[in-house]
Amino acid sequence: MSYLNPGLPQPAPARDGLDEPYWKAAREEKLVLQRCKDCGTYQWGPEWTCHNCCSENLTFEEIPPYGEIFSYERVWHPVHPALAEQGPYIIVLVELPGRNGARMVGNLLGDPRQDVEIGARVKAVFEHHTGDQGSYTLVQWIVDKN
Amino acid sequence: MERTIRGKVAVVGVGETAYYKRGEAPDPEFKLALKAIIAACEDAQISPKSVDGFASFSNDRSDPSRLANALGCDDLRFSNMQWGGGGGGGSGAVANAAAAIATGMAECVVVFRALAQGQFGRFGQGPRSNVISGTGAFTVPFGLMSPAQSFAMKVNRFMHDHGVNQEALRAISLASYHHAQANPRAVMHGRPLTEEKYDDSRWIVEPFHLFDCCQENDGAAAMVLVPAERAKDFPHKPTYILSAVSGSHYRAGASVHNTPDYATSTFKTTVPRLYDMAELGPEDVDVAQIYENFTGGVLMSVVEHKFCEAGECNEFFTKDNLIAPNGRLPINTSGGNLAECYMHGLELNIEAVRQLRGESTSQVPDPNVSLVASGPMVTPVSSSIYGTEATL
Repeated sequence: MSYLNPGLPQPAPARDGLDEPYWKAAREEKLVLQRCKDCGTYQWGPEWTCHNCCSENLTFEEIPPYGEIFSYERVWHPVHPALAEQGPYIIVLVELPGRNGARMVGNLLGDPRQDVEIGARVKAVFEHHTGDQGSYTLVQWIVDKN
Repeated sequence: MERTIRGKVAVVGVGETAYYKRGEAPDPEFKLALKAIIAACEDAQISPKSVDGFASFSNDRSDPSRLANALGCDDLRFSNMQWGGGGGGGSGAVANAAAAIATGMAECVVVFRALAQGQFGRFGQGPRSNVISGTGAFTVPFGLMSPAQSFAMKVNRFMHDHGVNQEALRAISLASYHHAQANPRAVMHGRPLTEEKYDDSRWIVEPFHLFDCCQENDGAAAMVLVPAERAKDFPHKPTYILSAVSGSHYRAGASVHNTPDYATSTFKTTVPRLYDMAELGPEDVDVAQIYENFTGGVLMSVVEHKFCEAGECNEFFTKDNLIAPNGRLPINTSGGNLAECYMHGLELNIEAVRQLRGESTSQVPDPNVSLVASGPMVTPVSSSIYGTEATL
């Protein structure tokens, strides 16, 4: 079951290959983040060079599937036909602690009318999809009460 | 040698087409551009043939060579596009045009923007493709795909950090609609907004109600710039460019909302340069036009242009403080993007000039310094300051 109604554009790795390891790892329920093998800096989204030292020697490193809500928003107005009957939904911007401030975007699973707390700890949930353009996995987030 | 454009260039003509709701313009976009340029030239009482440069922004589709051909321009010397989407280039295009004139590359440059969303498609809609790749793949499948959705995330964090109330956003919208009621050009002329109407309006994405969001419009606007030494050869009171800058902070363009300094309108690094070049400070500004893609961007822009502290927003952002003639900081005195027309903020630069000429429909008493902030929360952004002869 997916958080959002079906019909949105489905993600595909960029043709230039830049982000392919991320999408492959997500299929295997692993959260990975781009990291420079020379200076150790993490960064997101993926880029061809390290923003800290300009090295091209980058890798995708598996990290623990936890983060903190840095910001969020509750969307009401649908800007895509697939969301016409969706009702409100929550998008979170999740900061990955100890990773040079890197953040990822996802939906916050659960009641779309729930109160959302900036700073709350969240856990990644791997949401698998079978799309007509191929299978893919979205990394979603849920409040981690542990 | 001092490197500045301060006082070297004047705005001697401004003009626009009628402003329309999206899709309602009777003319195609390129014809709208021509009409606005011709109107600005008529205002300056010059022939369009004497225009020798064009500057625009946001990937405007009206190509300068075609414009020069259509207008019969004698000698095209400068054709310029400020990179970056949204309205972030509104004052950047003015800066580029002014730089060309100040350095002798051109003599008479038109800054313009033309937009027919009915002809070319809307902003504010998600992509309709089956597949998305690149940076969009990290946001669109989560339903994050419109400008309102991109910017609400920043504004929520700013309001959280500084304890800003919804009423601050409401005051910005009320001020724009208030000014539009005096402006016959305004698309929202005759459609006043009340606190109740705002509060009852639907959410687009929290914290933005419908009335926190700019319109979508068709139309065109243009300004004519010449060297300052020629400023008095034209019929209107001269308006001088005191400063115009653009830019953005460290990694402002990081994808997937990864810019390190996140909850910002992107003006923190540009504003010190803006005031330095103008040789004045926020206390000298008499009236300001602050680009509203969304009210939350105005909030942060006003703070980052040093008109109030982030912690003072709830006290500063009241309707009374924001309206002409006597508010603490009258803003968006034509109605702005919310209520005059979303001409990507070029109408804000025109209004800044009209204020200094004494021709605004919501006139501030005897202003000498007029400021424009263009395109908050995008990258690059830009700002400009205009002054009367008394400021030179």
